[in-house]
Amino acid sequence: MRMPIFRGAKRWGMVLSVLLLASLLLSACGENSPSILDTHGPVAASEAGLFWFILVVATIVFVAVEGLLIWSIIRYRERPNAPMPKQTHGNNRVELIWTIVPSIFLFAVLIGTIYTMFGLSQPAGQALNVRVVGHQWWWEFDYENAGIITADELVVPTGAIVHLDLKSENVIHSFWVPQLTGKTDVVPGHDNTKWFKADNPGYFRGLCTEFCGLQHANMEFYVKALAPNDYQTWLTGQQQAAQNKNDANTQAGKALFTSAGCAGCHGIVGINLNSFNDAKTFMGPNLTHFGSRRLIAGGVLAWDPKDCQVQGTGNDAHVVDPGSCNLYKWLHDPQGVKAGNDMNIRRLSDTEIAQLVVYLESLT
Amino acid sequence: MATRIAAGDVGVAGRKRFSETYLGEWITTVDHKKLGIMYIFTAFFFFLVGGIEALLVRTQLAVPNGQVLDAATYNEVFTMHGTTMIFLFVMPMLTGFGNYVVPLMIGARDMAFPRMNAFGYWIVFFGGLFMSASFMVGAPPNAGWFSYAPLTEVTCGNGVMCTPGLNMDFWALGILMLGISSIAGSLNFVVTIFKMRAPGMTINRMPLFVWMTMVTSFLLLFSLPSLTAAAILLLLDRHAGTHFFQAGAGGDPLLWQHLFWSFGHPEVYILILPAFGMVSEILPVFSRKPIFGYTFVAWSGVAIGFLSFTVWAHHMFAVGLPLVAQAFFATSTTLIAIPTAVKIFNWIGTIWAGKLNMKVAMYFALGFIGMFLIGGLNGVALAVVPFDYQVTDTYFVVSHIHYVLFGGSVFAIFGGIFYWFPKMTGRLLDERLGKIQFWLFLIGANLAFFPMHMLGLLGMPRRYYTYPDSLGWNEMNLIATIGAFLIAIGVMVFLWNFIKTLRFGEKCSSDPWDAFTLEWDTASPPKAYNFLTLPIVRSRRPFFDKKNPDIADWKTATH
Repeated sequence: MRMPIFRGAKRWGMVLSVLLLASLLLSACGENSPSILDTHGPVAASEAGLFWFILVVATIVFVAVEGLLIWSIIRYRERPNAPMPKQTHGNNRVELIWTIVPSIFLFAVLIGTIYTMFGLSQPAGQALNVRVVGHQWWWEFDYENAGIITADELVVPTGAIVHLDLKSENVIHSFWVPQLTGKTDVVPGHDNTKWFKADNPGYFRGLCTEFCGLQHANMEFYVKALAPNDYQTWLTGQQQAAQNKNDANTQAGKALFTSAGCAGCHGIVGINLNSFNDAKTFMGPNLTHFGSRRLIAGGVLAWDPKDCQVQGTGNDAHVVDPGSCNLYKWLHDPQGVKAGNDMNIRRLSDTEIAQLVVYLESLT
Repeated sequence: MATRIAAGDVGVAGRKRFSETYLGEWITTVDHKKLGIMYIFTAFFFFLVGGIEALLVRTQLAVPNGQVLDAATYNEVFTMHGTTMIFLFVMPMLTGFGNYVVPLMIGARDMAFPRMNAFGYWIVFFGGLFMSASFMVGAPPNAGWFSYAPLTEVTCGNGVMCTPGLNMDFWALGILMLGISSIAGSLNFVVTIFKMRAPGMTINRMPLFVWMTMVTSFLLLFSLPSLTAAAILLLLDRHAGTHFFQAGAGGDPLLWQHLFWSFGHPEVYILILPAFGMVSEILPVFSRKPIFGYTFVAWSGVAIGFLSFTVWAHHMFAVGLPLVAQAFFATSTTLIAIPTAVKIFNWIGTIWAGKLNMKVAMYFALGFIGMFLIGGLNGVALAVVPFDYQVTDTYFVVSHIHYVLFGGSVFAIFGGIFYWFPKMTGRLLDERLGKIQFWLFLIGANLAFFPMHMLGLLGMPRRYYTYPDSLGWNEMNLIATIGAFLIAIGVMVFLWNFIKTLRFGEKCSSDPWDAFTLEWDTASPPKAYNFLTLPIVRSRRPFFDKKNPDIADWKTATH
C-alpha cells in the first residue's frame, strides 16, 4: 500500500523530464548566442565534435545507470510481509566487471581526448600574427607586421591561419571566441599563444573568461572575419593616418580631443602619434579608426552612427536623440556606464559631446 | 579560599558554576557529541548565509541587465558564496558529523584529544565570524574563492591597483584560521580512529563513514600545507614587499594556481568522501542488507584519496601548460573516475534485491546517487581537454560543481541529518515534511543546475554580473533562478520541520531504524560516556549481530 509515493515519483519525473526537454528546445532558440556548437572554424569544429562524442557516451551511461537505479528502487521497495533479504556481502566477479566496463568507456574517451588535443597544434604555413593585449577591461589588437593597432574588434581574413601572442601586464584574462576557438589564458609573464581560422565571413563574439576584476563582465570583443579582398581593403584603410574632414563640428571636435585632455590617454595617428609604431604608449585604446568600429569600451555599449545624428554647429551643436546614442551616454558619464574604468574625465557639455561624436564618427 | 570552593562545588544559595549553566555547559564542553552538534549548528548557520548569497546571485541574473546588485557587490557576493559554502558549511558540517558519529561508531568514549577538539570548533566559529565581519567594514573578499593572483595583490604590475583594500586580507587570514582548525580536527580523527577502536574493531571492520573520515583527514593533513603556504605568500606579497606572484618582478602568477589547486583538488574530495561515507551507512540500513563490496567501497575511497593529489592541473587546462602535461592530467583525471564509478555500482548493488524502507534519509541517499552520477558524467566531460578549452570558466563548470556539491554533498548531508537526528535528540523528524523537502530539493536542483549546461554551451562565462538580452541566455537563467528559489523553499520546510520536531516531535526508541552499527547500541541521545561497557566487535555490523545472533555476520562471513 506504499504505491502512491511511487506514482507521485513518476509524475514528478515526467514533469521534470518535460521541463528539461523544454529547456533543451529553448536553448535552440538562442540563434545569437556565441554557441560552441555553432562553429565557423576548424578549431571550434573539432572541439565541438568531441562534445557530440562525449554526449553520446554520457547519454548511454546516464540512461543505463539511472535506469538501473530507478528500476531497483521500484522493484525492491519494501512490500508488506516481505521476508528479510539475503545478506549478501559482495561478489568479486561482479566487482571486476563494473571496474573494467567503465574503464573501457573512460579510456575510449581519453584516447579521443589525447588524439584531438595533439591534432589541434597550429598547422604549418603562413600565418597572420596579432599581438593580443588584455587590459582592464578591454582588448587591444596589435598587428605587428602590418603596423596597425586597434581595439575591441579583431579583424581577420577568412581561410587564413591567425596566430595570436597573448599578453597581459596587469591580471590574468582569458581569450575566448566560442564559435572559432576554445580559450587560452592571458597570463602576465607567460608567452601564451593560440591560433584559429575562420572559414566564412562573420561577426563572432569574444569574451574574457578569467575573472579579472570589477568589470570582468564587460570585457568583450568581436572577431570580424572578412573575405580576403575585403580584409585587404580594410587593412589599407587602417594603415592611413586619421581622416581630417573640414566641417565645423569635426574641426571643433578635433580641437577638443587635444584641449579637453582626451589626447593624454588615447592615441590618434596624425594628431598625437606620428605612426602606429610610435614609441609613445597610451593608457586607453588607439582611436585612429574608431569610426570603423562598432563597440565602445570593451563592448559595454555598441554604437551606430545613425543613432547619433548631430544637428547645429558651434554652440548649437547637439545630439538629436541622446537617449539612443550610446556614444553620447559614454562620453556623458563613462563611470556611470562602466564603473571603475580608467576614463575619469570632467563632465563634458552637450555641445562638446556632440562635437566629439562628430569627430569620432569621422575617424573611419 | 575554602568558602569559595565550597560555594562553587555544591552551588549553595542557587549559585552554579558557569560550566553548569545551560549556556556555560555548551561553551565549556569538550564532549565530542556536544561539539559535533555545535559544528553542525554553526555550519547550518553558514549554509543559510551562503544560501542567501546564492539567492542574491540568482536574483541578479534572473533577467538580463539585472539591477539588483552592482558589479562590486556581485563580485563580493559570489566570492563569499563559494568561500562560505566550502569552508564554512560543507567542511564544518562533515567535521560535525564526524565528531558526533565516529567515536560512537568505533565504540570509543570520546575523541582522542577532547580539548583540541573544542579548540578546533572555536577556531571555526571565530574564523567564520572573522570572515563574515568583512561585510561590516565594507571589504568582503571579492576575487573568487580561488583568489587568483595577481588580481588579489595590492598592485598587479605596472602600478595598476588591484585589490588595495582589506578584502583579500580577510580572506587570507580567515583561510589560515580555518586551516588551523582543520589540521587540529584531522589529527584528532586520525589518532582517534587508529588508537581508540573498541576491542575487535579492526580496520577492516570499521564502518565506511569512519573509513572515509580517515581518508579525508589524511587528505587535509597533506593538502592544507600548500594552501597555508599560498595564503602566507600572498600576505607577504601584499604587506612585506615580496613578489612571489608578480611577473613584473620575477614572480609567477601560475605559482598561485599550482599551490592553490594542489590543495584545491584534494579539497573537493574532502567535501565529498565523508558524504560517500554517509551514503554507505544509510543505504545498507534502509535496504536491510550489508553494503555490497565493503572492501571495494573502502579501498576505492583510498584510491580516490591518493589520485586526488595527481589531478590538480585539470583546473588549469587553459593556462597554457605543455601538451604532455595536459595529457598527463587528463589521464589521471580519467583514472580517478574509475574508483568513483565503482562506488556508484556498489551502492546500486547494495539496494539490489534488498527490502527498501523508503524513509526520508533513504530518499536523500538515493537522490544522491542519481544526482552525483550526473556530476560524474559532466566531470568526465571536463577532463576532455579540447572540450574543456571551450567550457572551462563557463556555466557548464558551475553546473558540474553544483551537481557534485549540491546533488552530492548536500543531499548526503540532509540524508545524514534525517538519519542521525533521532540519535542526537531522541526524536524523529517529520517524514511527510521531509519528503516535501526532498522533492523541492530534487526538482529545484535540477531546474537550477541542469540549464547551466546549456548556458555554458551557449557561451555564457562564469562570474559575469550582467549579460545582455540578445544572446539567448534569458530563458535558461530564469529557469535556474526559479530552481534556486525552490531549493530555498525546501530549506524553509526543513527549518519548520526542525522546530516542529524539537517541540512536538515523535519520541523514538534508541534504535528507530533497526540499524547495524554501534552508535545505535546506546541511549538516544547517548550519555556523556557513550557506552556503559565498551562493546566487543566481531564483524562489520556489531549491532546487527547483537540483534540477530542466529545469522550474525561473524558466523556467516569471514572478515
